[in-house]
Amino acid sequence: MELNGAQIVVQSLIDEGVEYIFGYPGGAVLHLYDAIFQQDELKHILVRHEQGATHAADGYARATGKPGVVLVTSGPGATNAVTGIATAYLDSIPMVVISGQVSLPVIGSDAFQEVDMIGITRPCVKHNFLVKDVTKLAETIKKAFYVATTGRPGPVVIDIPKDITAPNIKVPYSYPQKVSIRSYNPVLVGHKGQIKKAVDLLLSAKKPIIYSGGGVVLGEASSELIEFTKTLGYPITNTLMGLGSYPATDNQFVGMLGMHGTYEANMAMHESDVIIAIGARFDDRVTGKLDLFCPYAKIIHIDVDPASISKTVRVTIPIVGDVKPVLDQMMELIKENKNKIDGVALAEWWNQIRQWQSVNCLEFDRSSPLIKPQYVIEQLYEVTKGDAYVTSDVGQHQMWVAQYYPFIKPRRWINSGGLGTMGFGLPAAIGVKLAFPDADVACVTGEASIQMCIQELSTALQYKTPVKIINLNNRYMGMVRQWQEFSYESRYSHSYMDTIPEFVKLAEAYGHVGIRITKPEEVRPALEQAFALKDRTVFLDVMTDRTENVYPMIEAGKGHHDMKLRVATGTSTDRELA
Amino acid sequence: MIRHIISILIENESGALSRVAGLFSARGYNIESLTVAPTEDPSLSRMTLVTRGSEDIIEQITKQLNKLIDVVKLIDLAESNHIERELLLIKVKTSPEMREEIRSLSDIFRGKIIDVTPTTYIIEMTGPSEKLDAFVAAIDPDSIIETVRSGPTGISRGEKGLHL
Repeated sequence: MELNGAQIVVQSLIDEGVEYIFGYPGGAVLHLYDAIFQQDELKHILVRHEQGATHAADGYARATGKPGVVLVTSGPGATNAVTGIATAYLDSIPMVVISGQVSLPVIGSDAFQEVDMIGITRPCVKHNFLVKDVTKLAETIKKAFYVATTGRPGPVVIDIPKDITAPNIKVPYSYPQKVSIRSYNPVLVGHKGQIKKAVDLLLSAKKPIIYSGGGVVLGEASSELIEFTKTLGYPITNTLMGLGSYPATDNQFVGMLGMHGTYEANMAMHESDVIIAIGARFDDRVTGKLDLFCPYAKIIHIDVDPASISKTVRVTIPIVGDVKPVLDQMMELIKENKNKIDGVALAEWWNQIRQWQSVNCLEFDRSSPLIKPQYVIEQLYEVTKGDAYVTSDVGQHQMWVAQYYPFIKPRRWINSGGLGTMGFGLPAAIGVKLAFPDADVACVTGEASIQMCIQELSTALQYKTPVKIINLNNRYMGMVRQWQEFSYESRYSHSYMDTIPEFVKLAEAYGHVGIRITKPEEVRPALEQAFALKDRTVFLDVMTDRTENVYPMIEAGKGHHDMKLRVATGTSTDRELA
Repeated sequence: MIRHIISILIENESGALSRVAGLFSARGYNIESLTVAPTEDPSLSRMTLVTRGSEDIIEQITKQLNKLIDVVKLIDLAESNHIERELLLIKVKTSPEMREEIRSLSDIFRGKIIDVTPTTYIIEMTGPSEKLDAFVAAIDPDSIIETVRSGPTGISRGEKGLHL
């Protein structure tokens, strides 16, 4: 079969099994768009801004486990995609981004809409390719998917000059079944000796804790993690990215750890003598001040990326490998030696943890006449029966979802953890809804974040992706304001916008349903109404308590044992802001 | 801060060098010198990189380099017995009374005079970097017109080698 470059791209994506491509046309990709027009297998989702394309593809990838695919034009199209590429990179999300480039003969001449996309994206991709030969196109696309989806996943950019996709140059086409790269061979199975040592250490622990992260979600190892944790009977904490990989409703789960983790999770980490880190990377939001991190613990670390091991925290027993096979390997040894667990010490340890839990660190004022954001998330959980896909933007609302929506399945909690990208939530929700049209998809956001990609409301209408936007509207960039309250003597520098739009009208202008609520008793009915409108995108503008902060909190420079807890000081109406 | 000399086999593709250089600048590692040229297999380049850092930093550097898709293989030469050589080309002004002295100095350091004009010499010299330092220091700074150094390259002793 002979095809031109544009047809090769489209056919390669189809042969790769790609269902959706998120994109925006422009000069350098016109040949590609013409090829897309002339087929109907590959479905193109036209976004309103290229950042939205990358986040939508990212949301699709996080929810399905399949790579997200993006198509943008050269120059500004490409640079607009960079934030989304970096977002995927920091959270290790498989993504393939095809960017148009000016024609080969004019590359380097500062041509119209030319940027060095390979150079610009180099530090935020797993790999990138510039295609200089149409006969290499199919193979390059296969390589891109192979690199993006294997080992530690990540985004891969393929930069394709316009003349490579020219309609009149046809070459033989066949899509490679397999591809190998001599310099790229991810280690999957763990080293037996290391695993033996790790199991011995784990079974000898008196105060153990399992600390697992996004690697368990990415590695599809949730059921292995549950079996592992249940067999050992040890407490488990999840990172922000790991939420859902272990059911948060289970009694061995002690909550999220880190800056806004639970008191019990952080205290248990601090006091622990053996920590097993599974697919987690000791991010600074998890560790707090490194010198104070887990002073009594020996650490076992399983990670598919050797560079993640001993990067910030030196570990006792490193195991390089894919989480799933490594947990299987460990389970065999654990089953044989389960009797070595010190039951008495473990019972004492649990006693201690139950005491920390009795602090009730997530309690909040339930008698307030104002809408408490935490209450909204609790109600969202109940209305969706804990079974929704929840995307978020970045800030206080993101932490409240992490704290008050106990995820029980992996891939349900979709947020930008590593890069912390405001504007992520809405396009990501659209991507999720395309993948799971029958599921409830909520985007929890704030009035600041939502405005960073609000144009995608238009995309949601065009492709009939009825997501529910829960806008926790406190008229502040809440997390910025919180830090300014704590660390800058309440000098609220530019964390407030005094021209916040009327979101109900805005939603209606985009063709959706807008609902504004101001009282706690309206929360439940409004949520029920929103989710009952199955075929409509609903924008729920929830006027929340402006003063609410995210607690507990580890402030900068502090350790896990030194958390700032909520101090009961009467109702929050007592506190005046601004 | 220990000096390390890292030898890298890398795909001979455009952009491969900038991936290495970019990694160092992005992560705040320092590069003292970097040399690169294709190998006998034209699809591969060999790069020699001199850096300094604590053990933890060097471990991260080698891991991050290995993580680059274009990097095929690497070794830290400093971990075993190895030989290092660097090339120096130096152009010096030669007054009639100094010509003989510079020539004999070059001989002592086993340099070669490879270009001669009535007023200048160009001397070629190879050796460990410290030897080249010593030679440059032995010459009157006012007479040096220019120097160019390749940065060290290295190879391990014995039967072990860096190859596919």
